Amino acid sequence: MKRSLINYCLHLADNAHILCHQNAAWCGHAPIPEQDIALTNISLDLIGQARNFYQYAAQLINEENPGEEPATEDSLAYLRDVTEFKNCLLVETPNGDWGQTLLRQFIFSNYQYFLYRQLVKSNDEQIAAIAEKSIKETTYHLRWSSEWIIRLGDGTEESHERMVHAIDELWPFTGELFLPASYETDCLEAGTGADLEILKNNWLEKTNEIFSEATLSIPEKSFAQKGGKEGRHSENMVSLLTELQYMQRAYPGCEW
Amino acid sequence: MDISENILAEENIILELMGTINDPEIPVISIVDLGIIRSVKIESVFPEVEGKVTITPTYSGCPAMDVIRTEIKMALLEKGYKKVEIISSLSPAWTTDWMSEEGKKKLKAYGIAPPLDQEQVCTPEIFQENRAIECPQCHSMHTRMVSKFGSTPCKSLYQCEDCKEPFDYFKCH
Repeated sequence: MKRSLINYCLHLADNAHILCHQNAAWCGHAPIPEQDIALTNISLDLIGQARNFYQYAAQLINEENPGEEPATEDSLAYLRDVTEFKNCLLVETPNGDWGQTLLRQFIFSNYQYFLYRQLVKSNDEQIAAIAEKSIKETTYHLRWSSEWIIRLGDGTEESHERMVHAIDELWPFTGELFLPASYETDCLEAGTGADLEILKNNWLEKTNEIFSEATLSIPEKSFAQKGGKEGRHSENMVSLLTELQYMQRAYPGCEW
Repeated sequence: MDISENILAEENIILELMGTINDPEIPVISIVDLGIIRSVKIESVFPEVEGKVTITPTYSGCPAMDVIRTEIKMALLEKGYKKVEIISSLSPAWTTDWMSEEGKKKLKAYGIAPPLDQEQVCTPEIFQENRAIECPQCHSMHTRMVSKFGSTPCKSLYQCEDCKEPFDYFKCH
């Protein structure tokens, strides 16, 4: 169970960390300064959440392996290889245009909001505490991204078309969110993790509500790309990690 | 004085010391006024003062927290407290309700609109009506939100429709 709990924490941390990195690439490029600030603020919240989960994972790993070089939040974030990352494929998809980045944020915040709603009741005190802390931040993200989906979907002809395209691009990556990896099943059985079946229903209901307001529709095909949670990632993840980890790989242990 | 009085006295001294440390990004308000200091618990005073200062982050990723932690450590060491630990606690989660009235006054005088009470805490419902925020410059209630997200995670960006000044609002959390 301890191994599953560690993997579960890494999965939650990696999701937040990778999306944080991706959103941060918009810094200086968003359509107007206020939205640039919004997206980077969301990145800041996500890196904070990732740090809390990495710190907890490091603590659990070090309890398991007392004699070894201790793991730290930094070693977990910057020195693991691509196949060790457990984030879902959604967060590593390319940023695309503004609409696609915002749709990815909405899909993820909607998922994360209902995930944390369950995790605040986790029997693991630290996971419950991190969820309690994070859900207030995620609520802002969900509200902000929901409003953008409506603004763009029910906006101009061009913004609507771009949203339809974004849905086509990203929909195949939504299924994986609700397909449990073995560590998620273990953590659910232990009373520590979230029930993805319930989560999926909450998520779909909210997606339906926002999409119908936005004059958008959910695709009928339900093919799901999967593997990210088990360390099988897309090509984009490799270049993304190369950039993200560059400094620690080139100058191990560097600080500023 | 018996031991319990000594302990209480030390706790008060340390709490007062914490009150002299200001938030690095909003240098007019102390970390006690902000509600970041959750408790000061002294366990023994002899041969050395030993105990814990418990702090809680405002936002998970707020970079000010690392600076605040260092400043607390420095302040304690300067006064000779070598065995007072700093503990970080996430639960219960920080809320703007913990900000003192004194702190809210200081914020306003500094030009940042203080948070409203907690009923304003954000829910995911879209396009909510926001309660009017008073302009800290001219006190007009005729203001508008420019962006939910501002210069730091704890603030939103507003503009006054009367005096036209942009200002920060310390958002409810």
